[in-house]
Amino acid sequence: MIAAYLVLLIPFVGIVFFALAGHRADTGKLNVGFNALCLLATIWLAINVLNQGTILSSGKAFLIDPFNVYLIVLTAFVGLTTSIFSSPYMAHEKELGKLTDQRLKLYYSMYQGFMLAMYLVLTTNNMGMMWVAMEGATLATVLLVSLYRTPESIEAAWKYFILCGVGIAQALFGTILLYYAAEQIGGGENALLWSVLYANAEQLNPEVLEIAFVFMLIGYGTKIGLVPLHNWLPDAHSEGPTPMSAVLSGLLLNDALYAVVRNKMLVDGASHSNMAGFLMMGFGLTSFLVAAFFLHRQKDIKRLFSYSSIEHMGIMTFAFGIGGPLATFAALLHMTVHSLTKSAIFVTVGHAAQVAGTQSMDRIRGLIKTQPRIGWGLLIGTIAIAGFPPFGVFTSEFLVLLATMHSYPWLTPLLLLGIGIAFAGLFRHIQPMVYGDKPEGQLPVKANLWPVMIHLGFVLWLGLAIPGFLANWFSQATLLISGSTPL
Amino acid sequence: MNLEQQDFYTQAILSLAALVGLTSFIMLGQGRLLRLIFVFAVQGLLLTLTTALAAYSLDNHHLFISAALTLVLKVIFIPWMLRREVLQMNMHRDIQALNNKTMVMLGGASLMVFSYYVLHPIVQTTSPVMLNALAVSLSVVLLGMLLMISHRQAVAHVVGFMSIENGLFFAAIVATNGMPMVVELGVAFDVLVAAVLFGIFFFHIRTSIDSLDVDRLNRLHEVDDQRTEDREQKTELSSGFDPLSSVIRPLSSDYEVDK
Repeated sequence: MIAAYLVLLIPFVGIVFFALAGHRADTGKLNVGFNALCLLATIWLAINVLNQGTILSSGKAFLIDPFNVYLIVLTAFVGLTTSIFSSPYMAHEKELGKLTDQRLKLYYSMYQGFMLAMYLVLTTNNMGMMWVAMEGATLATVLLVSLYRTPESIEAAWKYFILCGVGIAQALFGTILLYYAAEQIGGGENALLWSVLYANAEQLNPEVLEIAFVFMLIGYGTKIGLVPLHNWLPDAHSEGPTPMSAVLSGLLLNDALYAVVRNKMLVDGASHSNMAGFLMMGFGLTSFLVAAFFLHRQKDIKRLFSYSSIEHMGIMTFAFGIGGPLATFAALLHMTVHSLTKSAIFVTVGHAAQVAGTQSMDRIRGLIKTQPRIGWGLLIGTIAIAGFPPFGVFTSEFLVLLATMHSYPWLTPLLLLGIGIAFAGLFRHIQPMVYGDKPEGQLPVKANLWPVMIHLGFVLWLGLAIPGFLANWFSQATLLISGSTPL
Repeated sequence: MNLEQQDFYTQAILSLAALVGLTSFIMLGQGRLLRLIFVFAVQGLLLTLTTALAAYSLDNHHLFISAALTLVLKVIFIPWMLRREVLQMNMHRDIQALNNKTMVMLGGASLMVFSYYVLHPIVQTTSPVMLNALAVSLSVVLLGMLLMISHRQAVAHVVGFMSIENGLFFAAIVATNGMPMVVELGVAFDVLVAAVLFGIFFFHIRTSIDSLDVDRLNRLHEVDDQRTEDREQKTELSSGFDPLSSVIRPLSSDYEVDK
């Protein structure tokens, strides 16, 4: 249990430290250090869970089970690699005169703040605290979206703030209804604890819980970026600094989905109508298809990939909605490979935008000739995210397809159509950017592409052969969520 | 449900619920910002009264802390901050007429009916009093959203946002006698941080578009082919924003056939 407290303590110390120490030359490296410590703590925590099974802290405030512990490790890992990328990237932005010391201080402090909020969402056992931490994640990142202080970025941040704030207020209403249902079967201070609710799910009033779930799905769904609640997402991703886009896409969306799935488990326990599953399938499929079409119309490279995030979150929501063991396993795998791939892509996109001096895709040209590593990184990342074999995204999408064919065969053509459209949408934009001649005066930038290679390496590994302990872990989580294992 | 047969606490809660709902409607039709902020403060005060009453009659002492937090945040700090902002921007003399007041008010009324409809299944398991209280809270939440949609000033958006929070707090107190203490403190902390961030944002918006009219925050939208060109010109635009250009450009890009 000490490991869980360490996971929360380290980023907290980070916030205070960066806020007090101010910006220095080595702040970026210190940020890497904090994240590396956190990753070590999460690995320790994961080993504990692997040995002992589910851990409940003494005050019952924190719950670590196979479902959230792997997301915690993933969060720490992506947080670390993104911070490795962000250190030279932000230094370069400062050289360009886009940022001041004061804003960098805010950036690093809030980077840790965001990580803390993410860990709290994942570890807490209290549904109310989960809401508080989710809102905290918005509050921590909203000033980072407007870090450049351009009119566009301020507009994006305002939209992000208002839409996510109002959206997540619905989730609080859902949480209140949940508490109300819990109070009817004997409440008290412990009534909002997930472990208590889950143990007594059978007795909870199904009508109240179903209404509550609708509010939760709308609320947390705003954060997942489900269509039609997605408007803030492309703006916030494209206007903020690129490391922020990487962690928002790779982590925040996952954690919001995690919150929805936790609630779905409660609703499924109380009512047997599968209403929650159908709602998630509907929202997921709509998001997937709409985002796939929107990919074609993008002009800005970061907007392009934020629509791709919406598309993939749609697939995951859909898969969790189907709900069988195979679909749940696929969704868990997809969560992992998507966050690894997407954060790697945002890292290369950040460098590509620095090389070309613009985010407009019409004017990013000849990346392979200018700086081969960035060009190839972008190309391979796109191949991976589009779902080509042998990458992990292919495996998980294939499993989702299989599950769909098994449970709802008439939805399969829609899925295939969406995957095809998304593939075309990505490649029509990427191809001219990486191939072709380089424009006059385009020079390579100092780039650290290790994070990209490691991420894509992992995705490739997961696509070729899922290591035994990881597969075991996924199936334990699947057992927890869907009640049986796929293997 | 016979009102006279209920105990004093229930009657008081029902009247307070009605009053909270009423303040939401008054805010919805309000064109002057200072008055809007005043009504918002009144709603906060009603919420404080409800919390204090619940704390007193149910002998639930942690609710007193929550009442004090509401008083400080929603009745004093946030209205003070917004009022200062309005006076600084010299907006207190502007009357922002709602172009379709009747429709907005009718929409508000139907939202209230809708809230009753949504929560009706609950009535099987609980008293009609609870249904009333929950339905009013949900309609305060929805009316807050309608307020944000129908008003254009950033200040009105913040008031709408905070009145949504008021509706949620009201639901939490009436339906469940307050959330667990740790959650309530967490929510209050989030509201405080949000209020401070809004203050920072007003400053940024003012310096970037020289106004607090959120209709001017319209640079980012889908399918705007001129967007990249816009970016080149943003240095010129940011000083004197030309509202016409934002209207014409998206239109012209939709009708590319002409070219």
